Amino acid sequence: MALGFWQVWEGGWISAILRGAVITIALGMASMAFGIVIGVACGLIKWARVFPLTLVVDFYTSIVRGVPELLIIYLLFFSSVEFVAQVAAAFGYEGLAGNGYAFTIAVVAIAAISGAYSTEVVRGALAAIPNGHIEAARALGIPGRRIFRRIIAPQMLRIAVPGMNNVWQTTIKDTALVSVVGLQELMRAAFVGAGSTRNPFIFYFIAALVYLAITLVSQGGFDWIERLLRPRTRK
Amino acid sequence: MDLELAFFAVPTLAKGLWLTALLTASSVAIGFSIGLALAVMRLSKSKALSSFAKGYSTVFRGTPLLVQLFLFYYGLGQLSFVRDNPVLWWIIGDGAHCAVMALALNTAAYTSEILRGGLMSIPGGLVEAAQACGMSRLLRFRRITFPLAIRQALPAYGNELVLVVKGTSLASTITVLEITGHAKRLMSQTYAILEIFAIAGVLYLLINLVLITFVRLLEARLTSYLPR
Repeated sequence: MALGFWQVWEGGWISAILRGAVITIALGMASMAFGIVIGVACGLIKWARVFPLTLVVDFYTSIVRGVPELLIIYLLFFSSVEFVAQVAAAFGYEGLAGNGYAFTIAVVAIAAISGAYSTEVVRGALAAIPNGHIEAARALGIPGRRIFRRIIAPQMLRIAVPGMNNVWQTTIKDTALVSVVGLQELMRAAFVGAGSTRNPFIFYFIAALVYLAITLVSQGGFDWIERLLRPRTRK
Repeated sequence: MDLELAFFAVPTLAKGLWLTALLTASSVAIGFSIGLALAVMRLSKSKALSSFAKGYSTVFRGTPLLVQLFLFYYGLGQLSFVRDNPVLWWIIGDGAHCAVMALALNTAAYTSEILRGGLMSIPGGLVEAAQACGMSRLLRFRRITFPLAIRQALPAYGNELVLVVKGTSLASTITVLEITGHAKRLMSQTYAILEIFAIAGVLYLLINLVLITFVRLLEARLTSYLPR
């Protein structure tokens, strides 16, 4: 075990793992950002029951939440790889299967997954807002757009934070799956290190520790946001 | 869709369906038992037991299942005492066995959190009444605490079951040919990516539908005495 650590340090693998961790965090954050955009849009559609669109959103969320993430990643990656290679060839780039492409597809895949879960969180948060608040605002003659901005959105935000915490935690863990299509993130760095030093135990152990550190730190961050948004009511 | 392709792909993926169901059933059975034990440990007065259970759930819920799977399959397989111990090697050496172990240990962590919520929701008066009737600790748990807790926890546990089904797809990364494993192979052989995905996806949705229906029925049965 001690020998294993020394090998990792000597071989310069620590910096490879840290670089992978940075890509993992960037991938998680980008996917989560797009996922929230999808979630808010789809959540509003589901909540307001906009007729044809609700069916589309229902279809999307039930497929994504019922089918394994790995299968979705395979679908998006395999179905796009040839198309992208052709486009790249048309523009004169040969053999473009670099990290930029893998990162883009990874963001699309993980955002689609995290968006489906965010949709449910947003819909739940919207449903939890007392109807009377919206009716009262209407009775006062406040225009619809301002009702959303001043009454619906702030409450939705506060109620959705714990659910979004869960979505973030699964999103950051789902990023490990894109290592199977070759993006050089944390899991892939560990995989490469394990293969070339023939010491998989220590590499996957370190990877697990780094993921654990990421999830623990973000748990703390979410606790802080939750405290920040807690309503200040009379005692 | 190409009919010839369907004749070729459906039976292959259906072969994987059996293994996916088997992986799910075994890991849920093992994971539920460990999860129940962990939930009880978490709520026990002993500081050592409860902090062990808390640490377990933090570690297993805080790291990706894929990392756990690789750590067990490739990592533990490297250690000599695992290789020399026939029982451990039986678990680690085989992809499917190792996947069941990883899934079971992973779902145990989530199950323990779900069951903990259920156990905590039981009104203290009920337990006290049972105690006053002279029920022993084990009898109290079997007749009062556990049935009420499981009823409370069922809806959340239904979600967890779906996650286990989806988790079995990771077994394909350690050469187990379940639905996703076959699907990946077919995708790279036939290039009919969307069609294969659709068939495999429908199979997963079917398993999940069956499981969710089962949980709903169980829930209805357990709450049938309640007024509607």
